[in-house]
Amino acid sequence: MRSRRWRDTGLAVLMLGPSLVILGWFVVYPLIKAMFLGTQRCNPTGKCPVDGGLQQYVDAFQSSQFQDALLVTVKYALITVPIGLLLGVGLAVLADKYVRGVGIFRTIFSSTVATSVAVASVMWFFLLNPNVGIVADWIGGVAKTPGLLQNEGTALWSVSASSIWANLGFTFIVITAGLQSVPKDLYESAYVDGANGFTRFTNVTLPMISPILLFVTVVLTARAFESFGEIDLLTGGGPKGSTTTLTYLAYGRGLPTSSDDGLRATVSVLVFFVLLILALVQFRGLEKRVHYGN
Amino acid sequence: MAIDQIRGGRKIGRYILLVVMAVIVLFPIYVMAIGALKPGNKVLENPLLPSNITFGTLTRAWRSGQLGRAMVNSTVVAVVVTVAQVVTSVLAAYSFVFLKFPGRTVVFVLFLATLLVPLEATLTVNRRTMQSLGWLNSYRGLTVPFLATAFGIFMIRQVFLTIPKEMREAASMDGLGHLGFLREVAVPLSRPTIGALALFAFLTSWNQYLWPVLVTTDSDYNTVQTGLAALKKASLSQPNLVIAGTVIIALPIFIVLISFQRQLVRGLTAGAVKG
Repeated sequence: MRSRRWRDTGLAVLMLGPSLVILGWFVVYPLIKAMFLGTQRCNPTGKCPVDGGLQQYVDAFQSSQFQDALLVTVKYALITVPIGLLLGVGLAVLADKYVRGVGIFRTIFSSTVATSVAVASVMWFFLLNPNVGIVADWIGGVAKTPGLLQNEGTALWSVSASSIWANLGFTFIVITAGLQSVPKDLYESAYVDGANGFTRFTNVTLPMISPILLFVTVVLTARAFESFGEIDLLTGGGPKGSTTTLTYLAYGRGLPTSSDDGLRATVSVLVFFVLLILALVQFRGLEKRVHYGN
Repeated sequence: MAIDQIRGGRKIGRYILLVVMAVIVLFPIYVMAIGALKPGNKVLENPLLPSNITFGTLTRAWRSGQLGRAMVNSTVVAVVVTVAQVVTSVLAAYSFVFLKFPGRTVVFVLFLATLLVPLEATLTVNRRTMQSLGWLNSYRGLTVPFLATAFGIFMIRQVFLTIPKEMREAASMDGLGHLGFLREVAVPLSRPTIGALALFAFLTSWNQYLWPVLVTTDSDYNTVQTGLAALKKASLSQPNLVIAGTVIIALPIFIVLISFQRQLVRGLTAGAVKG
């Protein structure tokens, strides 16, 4: 007789099988394969005749294109994550108290979650367009010639505005859910202890929603590092590479990577390690300050 | 009295802030909706006010962008991915919670580890796989890599863990096998979470942009996202057409989300609860 430990093994293999095949074939295998492919140089037909070795990673990392894209991506994350987080918390707190019609405001603030990257980017492309966009008429100056998206100094900020707007729905929904899960009696006892509105917010609300804030920070950072659609549709990485983020460097059109799978793999494996290190740093740094209930 | 006045003042302040923020958030949507209803030659006049309302631009955008075809493609892809993800996640989650087999924890941790791999690190190799299989420009190419996700498995596992083990024991004494227990107890008890996963999977698939760009070149396989990008490139001189296309594409998802708000909140917050 078979032991209890093995009792369900056959059924487990059948039930896990589909997921094992898909995740193995399209997540684990490509990651390992990409690390190897990243040492090759390929031609546009997909053949990879040149072996660059591990040096290819070193060279790619030290190249000015990669360094510039890394800097642009870090800047992009430093703009979009804190502003997105502040707006999300602000709006969620504002619409958390019971006031008449708060439901309508919640629906409005959540609404941008319905816009895909493509929809949001095309909307902002026309909103900021120097010829037909309304913003150009209001602001004038660089917004008119050459246009906010066409000007080196403002392009990244404009892409950021579009992406902060598009992510706001997600941030708002998640933080609102977090606020609602804070037990009401905590506020009551803080009130009894004489804490005013602001102290209640910093001493009760913030610690209680800190796990949610960590989650939002990690998601928004990952989105900034993986941004592609907004760059592709708003600026195409320009002007003069001022909006070429790491993911756009790997997958954008008309770049050295777009006809060379090897170089693409080199860049995307480097991005993988950058993201991995970043996630570890975020968790280690923020975990200490995060309060998980009992 | 004085306190009431302060409270009243604060309330008005809160309202003013709420309204101002709502106007800012809605502004881009409003401008697009107005633009889509204007005839081509009037799109630059009074951008903030509706005038000469017409549905002609919308129908022209629908035709010249082949948006009908793109809608069908996106729907097929998103439905296939959603159904498959729900099935594969439920099956895998069940075996992690209710089946006994050696190495269960190790396999689960390996599954979870795939969450750390960003999509973009795998896309180059996956595109080459699709090319060698002859799956570029096909529904298979658009769907197969996303038929299972560690996120879905994790989400369903978390809710299966809340089902008391005694229920499984009682059911097996009644002669109910694993598949019977899955169908008649575990799935019905987890319906809200399964609904949340379904909505989340549908939205993620519907909104994909980079993968369809990589594996389709034939406009017959445009999804709504790549179709919109194509329309934008083709009609740069006719902004009202692209604006109308954007509105057409955004509308169905707005309706879906307003109807399924509760599931959405659950789906988006699932990652944030401690496991």
